[in-house]
Amino acid sequence: MSTIKLRAKESNGVVTVKALIKHPMETGQRKNKKTGDLIPAHYIQEVHSKANGKDVITIYWGPAVSKNPYLTFKYKGNKGDNVEISWVDNQGNRDTNTGKVK
Amino acid sequence: MKRRNFIKNSILFAGALAVAPSAILSNQAYAAWPKKSFDIKDLSDSVISVYGHNNLEESSKVKLKAPAIAENGAIVPINVSTTLDNVESIMIFVENNPQPLSSGYQLTSLAQPSIGTRLKMGKTSNVMAAVKSGDKIYTSTQEVKVTIGGCGG
Amino acid sequence: MLRKLLVVLLLFPAMISLASPEKDFEQFVDYFKERFPNTPYEDYKNGVYSIDKSAREQWEAMEEFPPYELNVDRGEELFNTPFKNGNTYGSCFENDGIGIRQNYPYFNEKKGKVVTLEGALNECRVKNGEKPLSYFKGKELAHVSAYMAYTSRGNKFNVQIPNTKEALEAYENGKRLYFTKKGQLNFSCADCHVYQTGTKLRADIPSPAIGHPTHFPVYRSGMGRLVTLHERFSGCLNRIRAKGLPGGSDELNNLEFFTTFMSNGLEVNGPGSRK
Repeated sequence: MSTIKLRAKESNGVVTVKALIKHPMETGQRKNKKTGDLIPAHYIQEVHSKANGKDVITIYWGPAVSKNPYLTFKYKGNKGDNVEISWVDNQGNRDTNTGKVK
Repeated sequence: MKRRNFIKNSILFAGALAVAPSAILSNQAYAAWPKKSFDIKDLSDSVISVYGHNNLEESSKVKLKAPAIAENGAIVPINVSTTLDNVESIMIFVENNPQPLSSGYQLTSLAQPSIGTRLKMGKTSNVMAAVKSGDKIYTSTQEVKVTIGGCGG
Repeated sequence: MLRKLLVVLLLFPAMISLASPEKDFEQFVDYFKERFPNTPYEDYKNGVYSIDKSAREQWEAMEEFPPYELNVDRGEELFNTPFKNGNTYGSCFENDGIGIRQNYPYFNEKKGKVVTLEGALNECRVKNGEKPLSYFKGKELAHVSAYMAYTSRGNKFNVQIPNTKEALEAYENGKRLYFTKKGQLNFSCADCHVYQTGTKLRADIPSPAIGHPTHFPVYRSGMGRLVTLHERFSGCLNRIRAKGLPGGSDELNNLEFFTTFMSNGLEVNGPGSRK
C-alpha cells in the first residue's frame, strides 16, 4: 500500500490537491527514552507533483514538518487529470502515488 | 507578460547548485535540496541564504492563516495564499524553531499561489510567510502561541 | 436549581441511588443546555470543539485530511486478517462487525456485567484461540476499534439499562466513580467535565461530559497515535494523581456504561482527531 493518500477536486478550473503521507518525520533531536540514544533523523526532503506528466510544484521540506505530513496546493486543471505525487527522504527512501481529479 | 521561470532554469536558493541531478524518479533534473538553508539557526541568515538578501516587504496581499494559540505544537496547521502575480516561490519561516526555514514551495506556471501544511513549533514564535513575486519578496508575519502544561496530559 | 441538585448529589452519595438513570440523563442534558445555551445537542459529539471557537478552527483544519485515516486503513487490514484458526473478528459480531459501534457498551444479563466493544473484541480473540490485546499504547486493539467506529459513523447511541438490580448497580458504580473526588488533587471527573467545562485549567479547556465516548478511540496528535477510551480514563486518573485502572476492568467498564448512557442520542464519530 502506498504511503501517499491523495485527493484532488476540480472547481471553476482550479484543482485542489490534498495529500496525507505516512512518514515519521523524525528530526534527529529526539532521544530514545529507554537507551538515551538519539533517534536518527528521518524525514522527507523533497516532494514533487505532476499533472498529466507536467510539473506542477516542487516542495522542499525540513524536519519541522509534522509527522505524517499533510500537503495541499492548487493548480489550473480539469476533472480527469492524472495527478502524481512523489517523495524522497533523507535516507534515500521514496514513494509515488497517482490519482484522478474528481 | 513576464514569463515565470521554470524550475530548471531558476536558482531557487541563492548559493545552492543551480541544477543538480537528484535522486528523484523522473528524468528531469530538479534543483538539489538546499541543505545549507535548512541548517541555518538564525532567521535573518536563513532569509539571506534563501534569497541572497534580506530586503523583505510586508504586504497585505500575502495571506498567512495560522492559529493565534496552537492547540498542539507538534502539528500546527499553516496556509499561505496570495493575490500577487508571477509567484515563483513561497517559503515559511518559524523564527524560534532551531532552524527557522521550515519548508519551501517552488511553483511552476501551472500552480496557483496557495499552499498548506502542518508544522512543528517548539515554542511560541513568529511565523513568516515569504512570497517571491518577480524580483521582490513580500511577507506576512503572525505570532503563534504554543502552550504546554495542560491538565489533559 | 439544577446545578444545586448536582452539588447535592455530590455531597450526599447516598442520594445518588434515589434518582433513576432516565432522570439523571434529563438533568445532565438540562445542566449543559443552561451552561452552553448556544451549543446544539448534536454538536456535543465533538467535545471541546463544540464549545471553543479557536480550537474548533484548528480541528476543522485537521479534518481536511485527518491523521487517523492512516489508522483506519490499518485497522481495516487488521480487522480482515484471520486468526490462526481461519476465523475473523467479524464472525463474532452481528452484521459481520460493520456499523455496530453504537450497540456498545451493553449490559449482558447472562454474564451479569457490562460488555464494551473492546472487551468483546478481546473475547472474540480468546474464543478463537488468540491472546487478548492491551487497551493501551494505541496498538492492534485500538486500530480495530477505530475501524469499527469509522464504519458506524452517524449511527446514534441508545444504551439501554435493563431494569434489574445488577444492571442498575453497574450504572450506579459508573456514576459513583464519575462523581467521587479522588487522587492527590482530589478531583472527580465531574469537577473538570461538568463544573469547570468551558473554563481554562492551565492550558486546557475541559470538554463537556456529554459525548465523550462517541468520538473514541481518538488520534492524539500530541502523542502521534490512537488512544482508547479506557487508556484515556486511566490517564486522567493518573493526571489527578490517583491510581490508574486496567483497561477492561469492571470499574472502567461501568464508567464507560455510565458515560455512554449520558451520550444517548449522539452519533458515533470516532475515531476523533484531538490534540
